[in-house]
Amino acid sequence: MLEAHDITLGYRPGVSVLRGVSLQLAAGEWLGLSGASGSGKSTLGRALAGHHTLRSGSLQLDGAPLPRHGLHPVQWLPQVPELAVNPRWRIGRILAEAWTPDAALRQRFGIGDDWLERYPHELSGGELQRVAVLRSLAPGVRYLIADEISSMLDAITQAELWQTLAEVAEQRDLGVLVIGHDRALLKRLCQRRLWLENGQLCAEA
Amino acid sequence: MSATPSPRLALRGNPRLGLALGTLTLLVALVALLIVTPQLAERAGASDFQARLLAPTTDYWFGTDVLGRDLLARTLQGLALSLWVGAAAALLGTLIALGLAALACLDRRADAVVGLLVDSVLGLPHLILLMLIAFALGGGTQAVIIAVALTHWPSLTRVLRAELLQLQQADYVRLSRRFGKSRGFVIWHHLLPALLPHCLVGGLLLFPHAILHEAALTFLGFGLSPGQPAIGVLLAESMRYLSAGYWWLGVFPGLGLLLLVLAFDRLGNALRRLLTPHEAQQ
Amino acid sequence: MLEIDHLALDFLRYRGLWQREAVPCLRDVSLSLVRGEVHAVVGASGAGKSLMAQAIIGLLPGNARLRGELRLDGAPLDAPRQAALRGKRLALIPQSLAALDPLVRSHRQVTWAAQRAGVSAPRAAAERALTEVGMVGDSARRYPHQLSGGMARRVLLAMATAGEADWLIADEPSVGLDPAHRDGVLDQLRRLADAGKGVLLITHDLRHALSVADRVTVFHAGTTLETAPADAFQGRGKALASGYARALWRALPDNDFARPPVHEVAPLA
Repeated sequence: MLEAHDITLGYRPGVSVLRGVSLQLAAGEWLGLSGASGSGKSTLGRALAGHHTLRSGSLQLDGAPLPRHGLHPVQWLPQVPELAVNPRWRIGRILAEAWTPDAALRQRFGIGDDWLERYPHELSGGELQRVAVLRSLAPGVRYLIADEISSMLDAITQAELWQTLAEVAEQRDLGVLVIGHDRALLKRLCQRRLWLENGQLCAEA
Repeated sequence: MSATPSPRLALRGNPRLGLALGTLTLLVALVALLIVTPQLAERAGASDFQARLLAPTTDYWFGTDVLGRDLLARTLQGLALSLWVGAAAALLGTLIALGLAALACLDRRADAVVGLLVDSVLGLPHLILLMLIAFALGGGTQAVIIAVALTHWPSLTRVLRAELLQLQQADYVRLSRRFGKSRGFVIWHHLLPALLPHCLVGGLLLFPHAILHEAALTFLGFGLSPGQPAIGVLLAESMRYLSAGYWWLGVFPGLGLLLLVLAFDRLGNALRRLLTPHEAQQ
Repeated sequence: MLEIDHLALDFLRYRGLWQREAVPCLRDVSLSLVRGEVHAVVGASGAGKSLMAQAIIGLLPGNARLRGELRLDGAPLDAPRQAALRGKRLALIPQSLAALDPLVRSHRQVTWAAQRAGVSAPRAAAERALTEVGMVGDSARRYPHQLSGGMARRVLLAMATAGEADWLIADEPSVGLDPAHRDGVLDQLRRLADAGKGVLLITHDLRHALSVADRVTVFHAGTTLETAPADAFQGRGKALASGYARALWRALPDNDFARPPVHEVAPLA
């Protein structure tokens, strides 16, 4: 169980983007999170993955604080995969930075052996997003924060990506927080959906 | 956008090949210059009072100066000297810029100090600062190199600092830390390789500035000693005779300097284009 | 009528250090845009949709090689004609927000766009265009870096509409917008078409394109597979001619959310 207790944080002194946010994400659970642009969805997502220092409140994994060093068990996936990978590295090296997935798993994400020698700009956005998702599935990762990862993708690529991720998540009992605007998509994927407004969470029917 | 095999095109009209040939020509010319100049030292120093202030002839292509010394030999020697001084100053300046940029990214206060330093050096008139530093260090080759290096780092520092700040915030750098990579790994494998092209291009573009300022400093009498055949010395000497119609004394050393500066400027800009991903293919 | 007739496009790229080769990016693109319609072009990212927009407007990078024909109202739309009509009768709403000048307030940029288009009263035209996209008062006077992504998109839209262009090419105009702003932008494109302009809506978002489009052209791997009326996208997609278009329709989360059989989306031979 990943728990956030009463999180407050902001970028400028005196201005808080998140004000007392608490949420729980169980292993194997898919949770949806939406909100208007600027509501702090992405900030919350990144905070859960340890990218921000909290002003107050705490994050806990199974009742214990999250580790400060080593592989973070909560991984954040950004919207634009081009920014999530070093443009000077080949795909093989990009994957290996987190872990070395076996050929069978690479095949399931449609990442062929010949891709490993290519550079990010030689792949399309959808292809690169699959690389970023596979990279984040290192052993030891328990929760994924998917921040609008399919909003730039066409319907087929989007369906492929989510179906594959859903299969792997089920096998590994991963919890997934899906951040996005697309109500139909969130309805498909998530058991529970939350709405973020003015830095505070409310449940959505 | 799949890259299916397609017929290879001829090399004709290939801009990258042009850049390579240009670089090669420049390098060959510079190496030749550096090889030739030591052998010209005698000729450049030998004065011949029978041949004072000769206009360009087949014997003396660039003419001779007031002491009857071969101006061609002296110009080439001056260019070689400028090359050394410029290279040393540009290298030193780039290292200073890299160091300060790294310092600026450590924390907020260091950043403020570096920013103040950059602004104050940029705010002062270049040449006056140059003269002050060179004068304080007592003149000579070393003083010129240090003075030019100490005045030419600010703009590159700004570029590198901005680049580093942006890189530190980049998603892939933040993710690397969350994959459990150390700070050292991130600096060595993500940050430095991204900065290297900027340093290379920045250093190369510093080079023509450094040469020009060395010449200016020497021309004004604050740089290399008048005994050395520096371009600045040649130009300063020529001033006394230009009005008397001895045009070659100023024109040939000046043209040589211009060519050297332009060549490095063009090379630096071409390299910058090549290293900019979206411009590289055009 | 704006016609694209068997357009193909190669890019010269370096293979290794010196050798250049031509990489095909558009293979066979044909479509026609008539006045009064919103014509959506949908397909995967990287399929070449933006390149088609750049080809129409004549703003391709220097290493592109174009074949095929473009016609506007029956006459060939060649480079000089593109240069003459660009920003006047032909307007592009670019995908990149970097198209805004960072040093100029938004309402001035819109005024300039109107001026370039040859409008007699550019300031009034800019005012009207900005009001139409809901940018009034203080927000229209901001610099681009003070605008949110949604506002910047609306400024770009105002720049394209201030000049009273007859043909609008909107390249992913709704990307990165939240639902309310996205619907606002799409509604305005619909109104422009209803006012007699031809609107080409390039997008990866089939579902929302369908809410405003009259016709939809499906794009895959640099090829236009088919052009279908918007109401062909319903039920199981039986009215659609190509397997890819059907798969695209069925893959929507509110339909089957289905991963299509591999052969339907395999790259064209």
